[in-house]
Amino acid sequence: MAELRLPANSKIRKGTDHPPPEDAKRPRTFKVYRWDPDSGETPRIDSYTVDLDDCGPMVLDAVIKIKNEVDSTLTFRRSCREGVCGSCAMNIDGTNTLACTRFISDIKGDVKVYPLPHMKVVKDLVPDLTDAYAQYASIEPWLKTETPAPPDAERLQSPEEREKLDGLWECILCFCCTTSCPSYWWNGDRYLGPAALLQAYRWIADSRDEHTGERLDALEDPFRLYRCHTIMNCTKTCPKDLNPARAIGEIKQRMVARR
Amino acid sequence: MSNQDRPLSPHLQVYRPQITSVLSIAHRATGIVLAAGLLLLLWWLAAAAAGPDAFGTAQAAAGSFLGRLFLFGWTFALFYHLCNGIRHLFWDMGRGFELDTVSMTGWLAVGSAAVLTVLAWVLAYASMGALR
Repeated sequence: MAELRLPANSKIRKGTDHPPPEDAKRPRTFKVYRWDPDSGETPRIDSYTVDLDDCGPMVLDAVIKIKNEVDSTLTFRRSCREGVCGSCAMNIDGTNTLACTRFISDIKGDVKVYPLPHMKVVKDLVPDLTDAYAQYASIEPWLKTETPAPPDAERLQSPEEREKLDGLWECILCFCCTTSCPSYWWNGDRYLGPAALLQAYRWIADSRDEHTGERLDALEDPFRLYRCHTIMNCTKTCPKDLNPARAIGEIKQRMVARR
Repeated sequence: MSNQDRPLSPHLQVYRPQITSVLSIAHRATGIVLAAGLLLLLWWLAAAAAGPDAFGTAQAAAGSFLGRLFLFGWTFALFYHLCNGIRHLFWDMGRGFELDTVSMTGWLAVGSAAVLTVLAWVLAYASMGALR
């Protein structure tokens, strides 16, 4: 049964209001989820005001500025700052996205920053992705073949066969989609979630892969695949404009087609 | 620090409602309303079989303001569930996954359900001669 409310240890309280810089010309308030594992306290929302005239354009720029100049204890993941690594995935202004590709100017009012939804929090904006990675590993995301590889060449694909992987291989495994999915919220222990299923389809759709049947067998399960109810929050939130809902739909069609 | 002690990040509390999730939960909610309405329909049929007194009570309940209000909601639930169900059939055929299409068909389902509901009630009242 879905637990709609947060458990007692996860209830959010009001935190510290950090004052704006004195000569701020374009002040903007960021309300950031904080949880310190060493404090023994419940999570809180701290508020920071940043002068946008003295800050880069992206939410990640502001978060880094806060860490550098106001509160060095603020903890988050980031790396490439250009939307290719997937590290800085968080819930910003109510939807999941990458902090590095989200313009502050696209957000009205205070900028609310939370970790990816319905995940165990390691610290502040860092969610525990252990289960999500394990689910990704469970779909065996590598080429599986029976026939030996050609001795002096790669396994070839026609341009048309290769084209079938477009919209799938670009996934950066940020898990914005998976953690936007209410089905995953309520059944994340048994439902694989959109990111893992998109990748499952990436290998099902690969003309070189010879284990398509086994891959479908592994997904033929009331939970692993069929907890997808086509809510489509995944596609709506994907920062790379991919379509996990369609990929899941393709898998469901293959299940029917092979009967 | 064990994994159990870690707090759960907020989900429903912070996730912005949007056309995708709202129409999805509405599909489930209307399904529940339809099931509840089916029980009332059974009661109405059972009352009809039981005799004129029982049927009179059931008719009066259905014809009361609250009864009509529920029936109106039930009609909308029926048409919304039907229209959105057609969306689901298209998805099951692998069609209509583009975000623009999803948004368009979503509003189409809501609009069609509203129009069909009003139409059904206008026709029902007209057939009783109430609109003359």
